[in-house]
Amino acid sequence: MHRRATTSALLVLEDGRTFRGSSFGAEGETFGEAVFATGMTGYQETLTDPSYHRQVVVMTAPHVGNTGLNDEDPESSRIWVAGYVVRDPSRVSSSWRARRPLAEELARQGVVGICDIDTRALTRHLRERGAMRVGISSTETDPAALLGRVRSSEEMLGADLSEEVSTAEPYVVPAVGERRFTVAAVDLGIKANTPRMLAQRGIQTHVLPASATLVDVLAVAPDGLFFSNGPGDPAATTGQVELLRDALSHGLPYFGICFGNQLFGRALGLDTYKLAYGHRGINQPVLDRTTGRVEVTAHNHGFAVRAPLDAATSTPYGEVSVSHVCLNDDVVEGLELRDQEGRLRAFSVQYHPEAAAGPHDAAYLFDRFCDLLAGAKEDA
Amino acid sequence: MPKRDDISSVLVIGSGPIVIGQACEFDYSGTQACRVLREEGLRVILVNSNPATIMTDPEFADATYVEPITPEFVEKVIARERPDALLATLGGQTALNCAMSLDAAGVLDRYDVELIGASIEAIEKGENRESFKQIVEGLPPQWEAEVAASRVCHSMDDCLAGVTELGYPVVVRPSFTMGGAGSGLAYDEGDLRRIAGLGLSLSPTTEVLLEESILGWKEYELEVMRDRADNVVIVCSIENLDPMGVHTGDSITVAPALTLTDREYQRLRDIAIGVIREVGVDTGGCNIQFAVNPDDGRIVVIEMNPRVSRSSALASKATGFPIAKIAARLAVGYTLQEIPNDITRATPACFEPAIDYCVVKWPRFAFEKFPGAEVGLTTHMKSVGEAMAIGRTFKQAFAKALRSRELDSVAQPPEDHVALLDELEQPGAERFDLVLEALRRGTEVGELERRTGIDRWFLSELAELVADGDHAPEARRTFKAVDTCAAEFVAQTPYYYSSWERPAGGGAPAHEVDRGDRSSVVILGSGPNRIGQGIEFDYCCVHAAQTVRESGRDAVMVNCNPETVSTDYDISDRLYFEPLTLEDVLAVCQIERAEGVIVQFGGQTPLKLAAGLHEAGIQILGTSIDAIDLAEDRSRFGELLDRLGYRAPPYATAGSAEEALERSSEVGFPLLVRPSYVLGGRAMEIVYDQEGLRDYLRRVGSGPGTSIYLDRFLEDSIEVDVDALCDGEEVWVAGIMQHVEEAGIHSGDSACVLPPHALGQEMIAQIREQTEGIARALGVVGLLNVQFAIHGAEGLHVIEANPRASRTVPFVSKAIGIPLAKLACRILLGERIADLRLPEDTTNGHVCVKEVVLPFNRFAGSDALLGPEMRSTGEVMGIAHDFPTAFAKAQAAAGAQLPSEGTAFITVADGDKPAATGVATVLHGLGFRIVATRGTAQAIRRMGIPAEEINKIGEGSPHVVDWIEDGEVDLVVNTPVGTGARTDGYEIRTAAISRGIPCITTMAGAMAAARAIAAARRGAPEVVSLQEIHASSQVVG
Ligand SMILES: Nc1ncnc2c1ncn2[C@@H]1O[C@H](COP(=O)(O)OP(=O)(O)O)[C@@H](O)[C@H]1O
Ligand SMILES: Nc1ncnc2c1ncn2[C@@H]1O[C@H](COP(=O)(O)OP(=O)(O)O)[C@@H](O)[C@H]1O
Ligand SMILES: [Mg+2]
Ligand SMILES: [Mg+2]
Repeated sequence: MHRRATTSALLVLEDGRTFRGSSFGAEGETFGEAVFATGMTGYQETLTDPSYHRQVVVMTAPHVGNTGLNDEDPESSRIWVAGYVVRDPSRVSSSWRARRPLAEELARQGVVGICDIDTRALTRHLRERGAMRVGISSTETDPAALLGRVRSSEEMLGADLSEEVSTAEPYVVPAVGERRFTVAAVDLGIKANTPRMLAQRGIQTHVLPASATLVDVLAVAPDGLFFSNGPGDPAATTGQVELLRDALSHGLPYFGICFGNQLFGRALGLDTYKLAYGHRGINQPVLDRTTGRVEVTAHNHGFAVRAPLDAATSTPYGEVSVSHVCLNDDVVEGLELRDQEGRLRAFSVQYHPEAAAGPHDAAYLFDRFCDLLAGAKEDA
Repeated sequence: MPKRDDISSVLVIGSGPIVIGQACEFDYSGTQACRVLREEGLRVILVNSNPATIMTDPEFADATYVEPITPEFVEKVIARERPDALLATLGGQTALNCAMSLDAAGVLDRYDVELIGASIEAIEKGENRESFKQIVEGLPPQWEAEVAASRVCHSMDDCLAGVTELGYPVVVRPSFTMGGAGSGLAYDEGDLRRIAGLGLSLSPTTEVLLEESILGWKEYELEVMRDRADNVVIVCSIENLDPMGVHTGDSITVAPALTLTDREYQRLRDIAIGVIREVGVDTGGCNIQFAVNPDDGRIVVIEMNPRVSRSSALASKATGFPIAKIAARLAVGYTLQEIPNDITRATPACFEPAIDYCVVKWPRFAFEKFPGAEVGLTTHMKSVGEAMAIGRTFKQAFAKALRSRELDSVAQPPEDHVALLDELEQPGAERFDLVLEALRRGTEVGELERRTGIDRWFLSELAELVADGDHAPEARRTFKAVDTCAAEFVAQTPYYYSSWERPAGGGAPAHEVDRGDRSSVVILGSGPNRIGQGIEFDYCCVHAAQTVRESGRDAVMVNCNPETVSTDYDISDRLYFEPLTLEDVLAVCQIERAEGVIVQFGGQTPLKLAAGLHEAGIQILGTSIDAIDLAEDRSRFGELLDRLGYRAPPYATAGSAEEALERSSEVGFPLLVRPSYVLGGRAMEIVYDQEGLRDYLRRVGSGPGTSIYLDRFLEDSIEVDVDALCDGEEVWVAGIMQHVEEAGIHSGDSACVLPPHALGQEMIAQIREQTEGIARALGVVGLLNVQFAIHGAEGLHVIEANPRASRTVPFVSKAIGIPLAKLACRILLGERIADLRLPEDTTNGHVCVKEVVLPFNRFAGSDALLGPEMRSTGEVMGIAHDFPTAFAKAQAAAGAQLPSEGTAFITVADGDKPAATGVATVLHGLGFRIVATRGTAQAIRRMGIPAEEINKIGEGSPHVVDWIEDGEVDLVVNTPVGTGARTDGYEIRTAAISRGIPCITTMAGAMAAARAIAAARRGAPEVVSLQEIHASSQVVG
C-alpha cells in the first residue's frame, strides 16, 4: 500500500568506505566534501546556505523534510549543497507554511541525495577520520568505479569559491524604519537573514559582489564594512584580504561572520587551518570572553583562525585578541581589534549570530556592530 | 562562579508516596541530587516518607528521615538538623508545596534556612496562573506569545460569571496541584459545578482558573535549565502526539519535536527563555508547555513548572543529559560551563543536546482496575506509569514502545468501520491501537487526521509502519549509544539502544557497545510502572546492579521505564534501554555474552521471560526455572504443601462455568474466584453463594481455554507477609509483617506492621518454620515471599509463595537496616547465607508501619473500596516506638491525616456492628461526636455510647452525603454491606474521597485509626533518622 518505490544508490567515501541505500532527490551522481550537520531543525535554511557549496551534507537528525519547504525560510535563492544524505526523509509535508515537498524540490534543482543508510555510522566515521571527499550515485553500481571518480574530484583545501556563490550585481537592502547607518556588505555567500538583521537595526545594506574593491566599497559611503559567511578555504582567498586591510587602514569599522572572521584573522596576520571535521550544528556553546556569558550558537565552519587565547597580538591596525571561544574544543570563535586607547575598532565571529537556522542567543552582536558604527560616527 | 562556600548542609525533600502524576521520576531526580550534593562535600538531610525509594537508602544521605512530608514533621527535622539550605525543586509538587507552607509559617526564617533552586517568589510567579499570564503577556511583542483567555475564580459564583464570557467548553484548572489533579473540561454548567467545586477544594489557595479551550492544537514541551550567571539552555523538546486536551502525562510523546520548522522552534525557545528569566528560576531545571495552532502557528503558553518534573526525567533519559544532577550542582552555586558533560567528559554541560534518534514515550493505564471510572483521557492525568523506547526512526521507536507496554489484554477494536472511527475520535487509552487498526483496514490518513487532530506526519509514519514494518529487510539489529551530541564527540557513558540499520559495505552491524573483557551479569528490570508492579522492583534491580558491580563483574541493566533510577546510566556498567520481551532481551544477552541473567528482582516481568531465556541456553542466576514453575503452578504447589503437611485453603480449578458451579460446594463458600489468565489479583472477587458465583461468571466470563480458580475464602483471617532469603539449603527469615486489614484485602493494599503487633510467639515460630520449609522444598536461591492467612479456628494457611523479590523488600530492608535485595544478589552470585553473617534478632526497639496510597480521587465513578484486587499506587512508612504512633505517622504520610477531634460518621455492615461499637467507644472517649445511620447508631447506643442518627440517602435530605459535602464530617468509617447493592456506601465513600476526608473501609483499619488518634493525643510524635535507628544494629552488605 505505502511501500515506497526506490532506486538504489551508492555512497563511497574517499577512503573506500561504502554505504548502500536508496536514491533521494535527483537521480545521478555527485561529488563533494562529506560533512555532517547536527541540527535537529532548519534543514531548509541549511540546504540554501551558500556556505555548503560543494559539500555533501550528512544530516545526523534521522527525520528530514517533515515540514516540507516554504517560501519564508530559504537563506538564498537556491539549494547549494552538492549532495544530501538523510536517514529517513519524509514523504509528507506537515506545516501550515509548507508549499512543496523536500524530495521534489531536490529533484527539481538536480540535487542528488541518498537515504536509508546508517547516517550515524557515517558520522562516526567522519568524526574519526575527518571530513573527506565523497561520491553519491544512483547510476553507478560498482563501488570501485565510483571510488576512482571520488579520488579525482576536487578538494576543499585550497578551494577559492567566493566568486561562485556571490551575487553578480550589487543590490541594496533598505533599513526598516529610519536609516541610522549605511554598511557595505561583501557577499562571499551571504545568508538572507544577515541583511534582514542589519535592516531591523536601521542599517541600509549595500550587498556587493565578492570582487568588490575599496573603491566600490567607498562608493556607497558606508559607515562600516561587513564580510559575510561563505564556502572555501580562507587561505586560498587573496583579493578580499587585501580589501579588508585597505578598509582597516582607511578606518572603516568592520564586522565579519564566519568566512568573514577567517578573512579578518588573515588580514591581521593570523593563520587559518582546516578542522578535522568542523563545527556544523545549532547547539554549540560559545563563551563571550568580554562578558563571561555563554551563548548557544549556530555553526557551520570547516576552517578556523589560529590565535593565542591568552594574549593579544599586535598588528599594524591595533591589538587583536580572541573574544569568543567554543567551550567544546577551545576553537577560536571570535576576534576583536582595539586601538591604542582600547576602543573597539573591528570584530568578527566564526559562528552565526544571524542564526537561521539556530538559536537567537548571539543576536546582540548586531547591536554591538551598531554601537561600533555609532562610536565611529561620533569620533568622525 | 564556583560552588558557594556559605552552605554546608542541605535539606532535600522527596516527593513521598507514588501517586498518579508523581511517580518514581522523583526518586530518580532526588537520588541524583543527593549523590551530587554529597560529592560536593555537603551534609545531606533527606525527608521522604516513601521507603521504596533508592534515595532513602541510608548511604545516599547523612541523615535519612522516613517521615511524613508535612510542614509539621519537616519542621521537626529542621529543628533537629538546622540545615543551611532547603532544596525543594527535585521532589515534585509535594516538596514544593511543603516548602511554600514552611515559608508561610515562618519556619524557614525562624531557623534561618535558605531556599535554594527556586525562590518563593519564583515558585509563586510560575505557578500562580494570574502572575504567569502577566509574565507571558509582558514578553517582547515580536515573539507573539499568547495565553489562553481566562478568569481567575475563588468561588463558584466567580466561575459561573467567568463562563458567561469564555463560553463552553471551558478548561477548569486549580492552582498549585500536580498532575492536573482536579482539572477537567466542562461542557455545561453541571460539569462546571462538579469540576470547579472539586478544584476549589483541592487547590491549596482555593483558586481555579477558567480557561478558553484550545482543544486540538498541537502540544509541546521544552525542558530548560538556567544557572545563576543567567546562562540558559534547552535540554530537549517534546511533542505530544495527542493534541491539546489530553494531559501530557497521558499523551504519547516523542522527542525531539518532529513537526516544527526551525523558525517556530526558535520562537518557542525564545519564549521559554524569556519566561524562565522573568519568573526568576535562578538555578535549575524547569518545564514549559506550549500549544501551537496547526492552522496558523499561533503560540499559546500553557504553563511552566519551576522544578524538575516527569518530563525532565523523560528528557534526561531521552538525551543523556542528567537534568536533576546538574540542577543540584547549579543550586549550590556552579554555572553550567563549570560542569562537565558526563557523557562526553570532554565538553561542558552548557550546551543543548543534539540527538540522532527518536524517543517515544507511551503511558500505561489501569482502567480495568477501576470499573465504573470515566475512561476517557482529559486534562487531568490518569496513567500510572510509562514506557520509553528509543529507535533510530520514529517508526522503530513507536514499534518498540508498543512492545514495551506489556499489556495484560489487547485492544478489541470494533468490527464495524463506522464504530471504529467514532471510537478513535475520543481520546482514550487504546486510541493508537484503534488508529493502527483503522490504517490496517485502509482508512486514509486525511480522514484520521480530521477525526483525531493527530498530525498527519505521525499518521503517515504509522501508515508506513502498518504497511512495511519498522525496517528494511536488509537491516540488522545494531546497538547504538545515547551520547547527547549526535556522534559529534566520543561518548564515554555506556548507554545503549538497539536499532535497525543496513550495515555499511555489506559488513557486520556497526555496534557501538564497548563490552570490555570482564564477566557481565544482565539484570532485567520491571518495565513500565503499573498497579501491582512499581518502584519497589526498581529499587531491587538497582540494588542488584550495585551488588554485581561490587562483585567485580559488570552490571548490565535492561529496562524501558524512563522514570526509574535503574535507567540512570550511572547505576550500571552498561544500560540497554530496551523493551522487556524475549527477543529484545536475547539480543542484549548475545552482544553481552553474559555470565547469567537475574530475573528475580523485576517483579513478574522478567520472571515471565525466564523459561524462554533458559530454553535459549541463557543461564538464569538463582532460583531455577523448575522451582519458579513449582511455586506458580497451583496444583504442583498444592502437592508440595500437602507433602510438607502445611494447610492451604481448599481450592479447585474449573474449566467451565458449569464446572465452577458444580465444584463450588466441594470447596465451600465463601469463595475467592478469579480467572486463570490474569495476574496481580485482577478480576478477583469474593462470592458468598451460588447466586453470587453465577453473577460473577456472567460478568467476568469463562471463555473457552480459560479456567476459573476457586479458593475457599478464609473470612476474618489475619494476613501475614514474610520475606526470606535462601541459598538452596539455609533459610533466613528477614521480616514477618502482620497486615492491619484482614485477608481478602490484597496484600499490596493493606497496611502492615513489622514486627507483628499481635501474634503470639508460637504463631511466629510456626510461620518461620513453614517459610523455611517452603523455601527449602522449592529450592529457592535468592528471595522468597510467602503470604499466609491465620484463621481464627483453623490456624495458619499458606496463600501463596513468590520465588522472587516482593513488594515489601524495601520496606523490610529499611525497617531492619539490612539490604535484603543486595544480600539476595550476593547469594545469586554464589555466596552462602553463612557467609553473610546475618543477625539472629533484627528488632531495634521500633515499630514500622507500611500504609498504602490509593488513587480513587483520580477515577471519578469507581468505588473506593478495598478488595482482593490491588489498586494502590504507592506506599509510605511510619516509624515509632509503638504501633499506634507509627500508624498515625503512616496515615499522615499517606495524606490521610487523621483528625484529632470533630465528628466521626460510622455506618457498617451488620457483621461489623460489634467491632463498630468498640471503635465508637474509643472515639467517644477522645471527645468525638459520633454520628451513625440508624442500625449502627442503635448498636452503638446499646453500649451506652451516645450516637446521633442521620438519614441514609434514601431517607431524604439532609442525609449523610449532604453532611459530608458540607464539611461537617471529619472521619468516615464505612464497611460494605454484604455483596449486593452498594449504592449508599458507594456515594458516601465517593463523597468522602472527593473532599479528602479520611475514609476507612475495614473495622481493623478503623480500630487502628482510633488507637492512633489516641496516641497522637499523648503528644506529637518525634522524628528519627534511619541512621540513628540502625546505628547500633549490625548493617551488612
Ligand atoms: N486551554 C486549554 N484547552 C484545551 N486543553 C488544555 C488547555 N489547557 C491545558 N490543556 C490540556 O490539559 C493538560 C494539563 O494542563 P496543564 O496546564 O499542563 O496542567 P498540569 O499542571 O496538570 O500539567 C495539558 O497537557 C493540555 O493537554
Ligand atoms: N483463601 C483466601 N482467603 C482469604 N483471603 C485470600 C485468600 N487467597 C487470597 N486472599 C487475599 O487475596 C489477596 C490476593 O491474593 P494472592 O493469591 O496473593 O494474589 P496475588 O498474586 O495478586 O498476590 C491476598 O493478599 C489475600 O488478601
Ligand atoms: Mg502540564
Ligand atoms: Mg499476593
